[in-house]
Amino acid sequence: MNEVAQIGRHHSAEPDLQELLRRVALGDEQAFASVYDAVVGPVLGVVRAVLRDRAQSEEVAQEVLVEVWRTAPRFRSDRGTAVNWILTMAHQRAVDRVRSVEAAAARDHKAAQLDRTPEYDDVTEQVEARLEREQVRRCLRTLTDIQRQAVDLAYYRGLTYREVAEALALPLGTVKTRLRDGLIRLRDCLGVTA
Amino acid sequence: MSTADLHTLTGAYALHALSDEERQAFERHLGECEPCTQETAELSATAARLGLAVSLPPRPAMREDVLRQIRTVRQEGPGGPALPRRARTASRGRPVSRWALAACLAAAAALGGTAVWQHERAEDALEQARRADRGANDIAAVLTAPDARSRTTKLAGGATGTVVVSDSRDRAVFMASGMTEPPRGKVYQLWFDDDGSMRSAGLMDPARTSQAVLMRGAVGGASGMGVTVEPKGGSEQPTSTPLALLNLPA
Ligand SMILES: [Zn+2]
Repeated sequence: MNEVAQIGRHHSAEPDLQELLRRVALGDEQAFASVYDAVVGPVLGVVRAVLRDRAQSEEVAQEVLVEVWRTAPRFRSDRGTAVNWILTMAHQRAVDRVRSVEAAAARDHKAAQLDRTPEYDDVTEQVEARLEREQVRRCLRTLTDIQRQAVDLAYYRGLTYREVAEALALPLGTVKTRLRDGLIRLRDCLGVTA
Repeated sequence: MSTADLHTLTGAYALHALSDEERQAFERHLGECEPCTQETAELSATAARLGLAVSLPPRPAMREDVLRQIRTVRQEGPGGPALPRRARTASRGRPVSRWALAACLAAAAALGGTAVWQHERAEDALEQARRADRGANDIAAVLTAPDARSRTTKLAGGATGTVVVSDSRDRAVFMASGMTEPPRGKVYQLWFDDDGSMRSAGLMDPARTSQAVLMRGAVGGASGMGVTVEPKGGSEQPTSTPLALLNLPA
């Protein structure tokens, strides 16, 4: 699982990914293969967290990776890092899929393929990936329960803030501010800069 | 939506939790509000960290599949026809009205800091107590369980129903949206289907057309669930044809 590991070291690996993406923009297939190796793990993880269904997740993850190839010339490093760009795209595509009517129907017909998210602890993984997850978990624990639940439902379950409000029996305004407060708290804890 | 409201949408936007209409309104706002643009960039980067934390190993053959696919896909030009929809709106360099900018800076300055954090904690503690009555914490626990699985179905009149089950918690949540109000004096009742025999799982709130309900009792060996219209107070056994019957996610 070397490919998964690379992304865990994103602080040092990031400049390379930026450079790789620049080469992908020029049609370099080998550079794309390296980008694939670096990001496929998190891309699949994000999509699977939202969609749950194994087959659909793989389909959407592939679409996202092909979109990285197709739209690499549009990537602007002054608007954020390559990892952010790719994972934002992955989350958006997963959410689009989960909210589409076709997907609801497909899920009903493919119940047999619904299966649980793998127990992460069962998956062999690199130290870097585990450290990343532990750091995020530790920071999530600094949020209030409401902030954490709201962020969790919106990001990992792909709910709109209106759906989050229904699920948590909270007013819409409260959910909006808690999503923002929660992410700000998380940003500060993780030391994220843009 | 007022400008003051728009400033608070940075988090929901970064999490892709807005409707299309709200997203478009917020992107127009980004073009004229520098603090929101900066905050949105930071919160999007923070959301990406949530993504990095859930890395999964792919099926090995997927690599070959994707590398084969890209050979048939033409790349876009840098200024190509389809700029990303986010960037397109944000970069449109609209003239910024001085009033908008002032309002924007004031809003940004009013937030953050330890005092706000203390206030949030106190406010959330109160909110928690209020929510406890409605089982909101239990609902959240089921929805966010690592083993939560869901199934969605169409109900009459364009409504949708989703059942979410967590084996580890042995509980289920039913989420309905866009349901019509039940006839006067009637309520919607939820049922677990234990191999053909129906076990009551509680009532829905007749006043709300969209809601999430913690189904009463353990899931146990139930293979499905259903919704019926019953007289106020509910029934021991269903007395009407179910509006919906669905298998629980396997
Ligand atoms: Zn603003």
